[in-house]
Amino acid sequence: MQVPAPFEYERATSVDHAIGLLERLGGEARLVAGGHSLLPMMKLRLTDLEYLIDINDLHAELGYVRMGTDEVRIGAMTRHRELLESPELAALFPIFADAERVIADPVVRNRGTIGGSLCQADPSEDLSAVCTTLNAHCVVRGSTGERVVSMEDFYRGPYETAVEQGEMLTEIRIAVRPNGSSAYAKVERRAGDWAVTSAGAAVWMDGPVITDARVGLAAVGPNTTGIPEISEALRGQEPTDALYARAGAIAAASCTPTTDNRGTADYKRHLANELTQRTLRRAVDRVQAGVRGDIGRDE
Amino acid sequence: MTIAEERKKVDHVDNDQKPLGHGRMLRKEDPRFVRGLGRYCDDVQLTGMLHLAILRSPVAHARIVSIDTSAAEAHPKVKAVVTGAALAELGLAWMPTLSNDVQAVLATDKVRFQGQEVAFVVAEDRYAARDALELIDVEYDVLPPVIDVRKALAADAPVIRDDLEGKIDNHCFDWEAGDEAATAAVFERADVVVTEDIVYPRVHPAPMETCGAVADFDRVEGRLTLYSTSQAPHAHRTLYAIVAGLPEHKIRVISPDIGGGFGNKVPIYPGYVCAIVGSIVTNKPVKWMEDRTENLISTGFARDYVMRGEIAATRDGKILAVRTNVLADHGAFNGTAAPVKYPAGFFGVFTGSYDLEAAHAKMTAVYTNKAPGGVAYACSFRITEAVYLVERLVDCLAYDLDMDPVELRMKNFIRPEQFPYTTKTGWVYDSGEYATAMNKALELAGYEELRREQAERRARGELMGIGVAFFTEAVGAGPRKDMDILGLGMADGCELRVHPTGKAVVRLSVQSQGQGHETTFAQIVAEEIGIPPEDIDVVHGDTDNTPFGLGTYGSRSTPVSGAAAALVARKVRDKARIIASGMLEVSVADLEWQKGAFQVKGDPGRSVTIQQIAMRAHGAGDLPDGIEGGLEAQICYNPSNLTYPFGAYICVVDVDPGTAQVKVRRFIAVDDCGTRINPMIIEGQIHGGLTDGVGMALMEMISFDEDGNCLSGSLMDYLIPTALEVPDWETGFTVTPSPHHPIGAKGVGESATVGSPPAIVNAVVDALKPFGIRHADMPLTPSRVWDAMQGHPLPPI
Ligand SMILES: Cc1cc2nc3c(=O)[nH]c(=O)nc-3n(C[C@H](O)[C@H](O)[C@H](O)COP(=O)(O)OP(=O)(O)OC[C@H]3O[C@@H](n4cnc5c(N)ncnc54)[C@H](O)[C@@H]3O)c2cc1C
Repeated sequence: MQVPAPFEYERATSVDHAIGLLERLGGEARLVAGGHSLLPMMKLRLTDLEYLIDINDLHAELGYVRMGTDEVRIGAMTRHRELLESPELAALFPIFADAERVIADPVVRNRGTIGGSLCQADPSEDLSAVCTTLNAHCVVRGSTGERVVSMEDFYRGPYETAVEQGEMLTEIRIAVRPNGSSAYAKVERRAGDWAVTSAGAAVWMDGPVITDARVGLAAVGPNTTGIPEISEALRGQEPTDALYARAGAIAAASCTPTTDNRGTADYKRHLANELTQRTLRRAVDRVQAGVRGDIGRDE
Repeated sequence: MTIAEERKKVDHVDNDQKPLGHGRMLRKEDPRFVRGLGRYCDDVQLTGMLHLAILRSPVAHARIVSIDTSAAEAHPKVKAVVTGAALAELGLAWMPTLSNDVQAVLATDKVRFQGQEVAFVVAEDRYAARDALELIDVEYDVLPPVIDVRKALAADAPVIRDDLEGKIDNHCFDWEAGDEAATAAVFERADVVVTEDIVYPRVHPAPMETCGAVADFDRVEGRLTLYSTSQAPHAHRTLYAIVAGLPEHKIRVISPDIGGGFGNKVPIYPGYVCAIVGSIVTNKPVKWMEDRTENLISTGFARDYVMRGEIAATRDGKILAVRTNVLADHGAFNGTAAPVKYPAGFFGVFTGSYDLEAAHAKMTAVYTNKAPGGVAYACSFRITEAVYLVERLVDCLAYDLDMDPVELRMKNFIRPEQFPYTTKTGWVYDSGEYATAMNKALELAGYEELRREQAERRARGELMGIGVAFFTEAVGAGPRKDMDILGLGMADGCELRVHPTGKAVVRLSVQSQGQGHETTFAQIVAEEIGIPPEDIDVVHGDTDNTPFGLGTYGSRSTPVSGAAAALVARKVRDKARIIASGMLEVSVADLEWQKGAFQVKGDPGRSVTIQQIAMRAHGAGDLPDGIEGGLEAQICYNPSNLTYPFGAYICVVDVDPGTAQVKVRRFIAVDDCGTRINPMIIEGQIHGGLTDGVGMALMEMISFDEDGNCLSGSLMDYLIPTALEVPDWETGFTVTPSPHHPIGAKGVGESATVGSPPAIVNAVVDALKPFGIRHADMPLTPSRVWDAMQGHPLPPI
């Protein structure tokens, strides 16, 4: 059994209480949500926090998926499992269910949260790629109020985010646009492993023509900017194999993978290409089928 | 019975059929395991018990300049801090390994691998012990490490084992088998010679329960009780007596329930010795349980063979000879657990299941700055490597000859009438019906149909592979004339006592780590004396309560202790027969045994049950002349030969042409382990071993960076397979009893681990045939398969 170094523990009873504690306890305090990233680091003694502020009691306040007409709002404490099992989300953004089916395992998904996932800011993290693909925005709250930041601004580098001392992430917002759908694909060495590479794609269409598209990648370098060149290449085009191939080539060219135990940089680059093509094709199929959620789930 | 009928029985009938002997029955030990009531080492709580944590080297190779323990000693909950220097004063800084090398308990001069034990702390609780490690200040003078095994013998390589007198290189040992000249002559005249470089990477047993111990030294009595995660409690006790100088009768080793071993719990680890020292210096019981990282980076690994294999054949596919040159990475200390005369374990069976004219193997073992060990992990003493080598080579030959791999194997099998068959490396295979097993596997697989499907898929650009492997194992070490571990013969004792009411207790030296001994051994005894298995208690894992024997590894429990159990039961039965003759007032020759009772021949009305005999043996009244009271016996069984189980495995895989991911679609395993005691347990062993094989073939590897940092120190980095990576296993069997084993049984624990990796790799390589690939090394991760598809399969090290 791996055992962490000593720390103090407090349970927050509300978002304001949590923020108050963060302000009072300063830089040595950390929030714990699902704990599936933080606790392993504590047990391996890779983090030297002194105070742990448990925000699991905030699930009632921050655990939700709210469907609006032009925006979907997801509370930071929404668990992976809730994202996986939300029928509304599956209908509107099937990319979530695609991704959640391959994130970790049921034990992790029962506790891990979208807020913790984004705040961990691990470049291999899948929900960051999903949120990037959907051009999500993050609501960061402190004692003086709220800020809304894009994924690109939220992510400051590996394990670093725009959440400043005394602040926390409370909500993720995703704009709803008509005639769109999305998809996600991941290559892993084994079920429950982190991605070797994964890709998400979202497309919006007008008849046979793609009006807009976004691709987000994971595990091949910083992954929260989206890939504007792909969006430009696809806009106004009819989907063809050649178009997908072009998008795939752009994805491969614009990522920065490194060689590690999960695979070589060349292989990951190849996957960025392959998975970009696969997810774009599936997203387009879903738009064309008019059913957003359930096409090709089990391929 | 066909496999389908067997299946039906399992699926539709209560599978606990309560056989009066051999047969399918639920495991007696499972009620406590499935309720979470097993009692493992970490469950042991003794009054006043303290906790021990080990400080480990952060680097692979360095000289220790200084160690400052003062801050750790000042920690309010710390009871003792011990360094190598302190152990050296007690003469305990070094200990012998199972291969007659020495290993540092705590480093005194240098650290030789990342994770090596440097100091330990004993504290009031596990947390404080761990916190105090951070207060120990060690100054290291970092030395260049030897990580690449191929460079270990380079002239300028730093010498790792300068503790050994006169050591000027990293050479560990050389080993050879077979006839070099005769083999060269056969290769000379062969039509076809195929050469392939084949790596079996370093893997780890990764048992769910890590290693640990609770040491309790009684100062007054001078008595040590050691609870430890040991697969071989008796061998360990003797070694502690030798290492620590404690009298052997004052040492009691208790091996409670063990959460998986796979060879990982055969060696004596420094941690056990530290726990003992910790208890001696604090005068309190001391618990040490390593964490997952410690287990992965410091305990007995397996494999790590870099092999060049060659196979010679005629053009029409008659295999003439095999030869190999192996570079073996033994890590920083040679901790291999193998019989002394077999430094390369039983690698000599690399001739496989084939009738050859010649064979030769040469091996050089070297030291590197990596964790020691070297035999662990369900490998039957290196047969895993041997079988992998020959089964890959045969497939490479099939590739070059453009011949079906099944046809090539069938053509070269040792034929049934050739048994006992002496191989060109001197092993005497006891019995085998190889073609029968292969045919059964082909039938279960629908081989012809699979090949047809493959042709169709290939035409569509899909990548489907069919892999075939055939293995012969050599298990049950071993005959005491050639096999011993540190001078301890590999014979096993067994005691059987029948109580007055006809219930029995059988005591064994072997120790189950999940193999179901409490059931299998009860069934072996039940079969011989007709007492139901549920009435027979199996006692093991406690040296004070069991006879001497060498423990459980190398699939030896059934071949050795199983034979002992059967023979001791027969001894008891022989005595029971004499008592029965007195009870029935007939001569012994007039009695016949009917499992559970002796009956007067031809007179079914006159019989006595074993339970009645037991009461008579302990009761009042006369017994036949010269017969003592009681019904018990004792034996020490020395096997005359190993047993040689075998099997035919067929694997079907699909490779995603876009992502290079491998999916094992089907796996057919036909095993022959001779007489089958409990088919359900056998299937369980096979299922586990096959899953293991998927792990090794597709994902497992302990890897290092060039500085010697272990990159596989957690189960996020060292992947082991889950239910999602394995297909629904299709098992079948044939029965070819061992002629020399009392009940004809052969070991089966490691068969599937030995046989499955080559079947899976052969399948993946077969799938990649369109890319002109003849060989690709494990682990076949998507990235490595993709490399192969690009035409450059790379060795993993
Ligand atoms: C075995 C295993 C496999 C995994 N596999 C995958 C995978 O395949 N793909 C994947 O994407 N992830 C994977 N994960 C990670 C998993 O998804 C985690 O749950 C997730 O990364 C973190 O969520 P959490 O709620 O557990 O965060 P925690 O561990 O509680 O917190 C993580 C970090 O975020 C901070 N934090 C949490 N909530 C907030 C908030 N509201 N505001 C500000 N800061 C906050 C914490 O202080 C901490 O620094 C895996 C984890 C495990 C253990």
